[in-house]
Amino acid sequence: MTLMKKFYTGAAVVALSTSAVVAQEVEVLHWWTSGGEAAALNVLREDLAGGGIGWTDMPVAGGGGSDAMTVLRARVTAGDPPTAVQMLGFSIQDWAAEGALANLNDLAAEQNWDEVVPEALQAFSTYEGDWVAAPVNVHSTNWVWANTALMEELGIEQPETWEDFVAAMQTAQDAGYTALAHGGQAWQDATIFDSMVMGVGGPEFYQASMVDLDPEALGGEQMVEAFERMATLRGFVDDNFSGRDWNLASAMVINGEALFQIMGDWAKGEFVNAGLTAGEEFQCFRVPGTEGTVTFNSDQFAMFGVDEDDAESQLAMASAVMSPEFQIAFNVVKGSAPARTDIDPSSFDACGQAAMADLAEAGSNGGLFGSMAHGHANPPSIQNAMYDVITAHFNGEFDAETAAEEMVTAVELAQ
Amino acid sequence: MAATDPMLEGADFRTRLQNWLPKIVLAPSFAVMVLFVYGFIAFTIYLSFTGSRMLPSFDLVGWQNYERLFRVRQWDTAIVNLGIFAGLYIVISTIIGLLLAIFLDQKIRGEGILRPIFLYPMALSFIVTGTAWKWILDPAIGLEVTMQQWGFENFQFDWIKDSEMAIYTIVIAAVWQSSGFVMAMFLAGLRGIDNEILKAAQMDGASNFQMYRRIILPQLRPAFLSAFVILSHLAIKSYDLVVAMTDGGPGTSTWLPALFMYEYTFTRNQMGIGAASAVIMLMTIAAIMVPYLYAELREKN
Repeated sequence: MTLMKKFYTGAAVVALSTSAVVAQEVEVLHWWTSGGEAAALNVLREDLAGGGIGWTDMPVAGGGGSDAMTVLRARVTAGDPPTAVQMLGFSIQDWAAEGALANLNDLAAEQNWDEVVPEALQAFSTYEGDWVAAPVNVHSTNWVWANTALMEELGIEQPETWEDFVAAMQTAQDAGYTALAHGGQAWQDATIFDSMVMGVGGPEFYQASMVDLDPEALGGEQMVEAFERMATLRGFVDDNFSGRDWNLASAMVINGEALFQIMGDWAKGEFVNAGLTAGEEFQCFRVPGTEGTVTFNSDQFAMFGVDEDDAESQLAMASAVMSPEFQIAFNVVKGSAPARTDIDPSSFDACGQAAMADLAEAGSNGGLFGSMAHGHANPPSIQNAMYDVITAHFNGEFDAETAAEEMVTAVELAQ
Repeated sequence: MAATDPMLEGADFRTRLQNWLPKIVLAPSFAVMVLFVYGFIAFTIYLSFTGSRMLPSFDLVGWQNYERLFRVRQWDTAIVNLGIFAGLYIVISTIIGLLLAIFLDQKIRGEGILRPIFLYPMALSFIVTGTAWKWILDPAIGLEVTMQQWGFENFQFDWIKDSEMAIYTIVIAAVWQSSGFVMAMFLAGLRGIDNEILKAAQMDGASNFQMYRRIILPQLRPAFLSAFVILSHLAIKSYDLVVAMTDGGPGTSTWLPALFMYEYTFTRNQMGIGAASAVIMLMTIAAIMVPYLYAELREKN
């Protein structure tokens, strides 16, 4: 009898302590699986561990996160959403529209998020005036990453115009190097396309074509020009680019096999991880023609509607994400700029400080635009329709005029 | 049926139970099958007429999804690719399978070793086959660079990176995978042919070639038909091989309908169009299967 009693008491204690552990845990779905990214995420994990909150990691590899979104859909449909999900742009709005996200208004009011987060970002982290996500960073996507040693060897100065940029790549190619390191995945093609659109037509054209989806802009002469620049870039990419991951392309620049890479500033994490110093062993500059403007994407943690037990640790996580200490620690490692405007830039490297300065400048003169390639200019269905055309053109299935016409049709069908 | 069976008139409980038991036991699995196969087919057909985007919705929009589907350029690509892929895959697999079977049927030594070697690729899943062939065909690490290192400086085989040719590399991998299986079917057919007829033909002075053309191949008709049906449905549902080898690339040049269906339904928030493409694929398979089943059933009667 006593033995049975002991057993029951023991079982009850175990049950209690298990539920206590569950209450103090967050489950986080993300696709930060490359070296620099994983290190950056560790900052948050340790921060939460300091507050006694456990961390269940749910990484789904694949840049751009489309695989992660598939996993998420299955989880939500099964009624078992993760606590927080790394998410980009319009996906947050889509999930909020489905009523799947939690309300963070109280925490946001308490910590004054309205004041410190730039409005262009708030457009994505709030839905109908309610905070549903905590922004982690601002990545700008119109960067060129360059190998300094190779530039010196070839006698190349930092190019100021598109023509200079092409001339520099020609020099590298003639010397037997890969001029432009690139991975042939649709989202990477789209990333460089963003900069071509901005470079050809500036902010008005970007707004009209990528955001407002004006058919005249989508099929117009400037769009043809943007596609022609894509074809020029294609001429400077090595033959084996198809299907290559972006961090392998970064590695080509790091190893001195390739001169330039056009990629968002998450690439900086790879350079730093390889032991290179910004402004010295590698250079960062805006894609020629896009100076003064920033196309951005912002990683956010969308907070899903969870039961009350988990809501507490969810709020703790949101609070930790928005704290200045985490924003600095994370973004220094990740390569991006903080999502708050009140952060001291002194602990950032040369490229990080340039990013924060560019961001402030672009934000004040109307040059801050969500990146189409990263789901911050239009919803996923249209984004993917554009991907199809861009990647098909880049792989030689269309000429520039056909591609511009296809843009109009593809966008129309996806609306 | 059972209740009116004269054998059971006045039978005791035990006998009745014995008669009903199989039906009772099978009923749940039958119900599950009806729900999860035909129920979901019906659900997909329904979805294809709704405006579903990210999650299923139930507002009917008529034929709009089908109209859009046939205007989406990737669907054209997928259909053309399916034509190329299915055509080559079925024909080449059948020819290689038949030749292997005839070769193995020559009472050669070592048949016991050769047969499993030819058959084993079928034991691999398409995703494994695809990953292996992706590496073999990758110009930077596979066949091309190896041949160049062996001294064939001008050897070039970069189809997998070429949007015009990439679909043919998928044919290569698929043929490699399935030929052995087709061989096994033909071999079984060949072994089933009556030796007496062949001996008689031999005595009449028929050559080997004539024997194959006039006697053996016509008798293999059922094997041909099975091979065709199995290979064609493998081709239409082919998804994993493409994902593993090229992920639809370069660009969108190796998209097949199954990949299209997955992309539109699950990653592009266009579930309606995805469902419409699934219905078209189902109808394509039905167009092949129904005449086949009809022919088979009629033969038995």
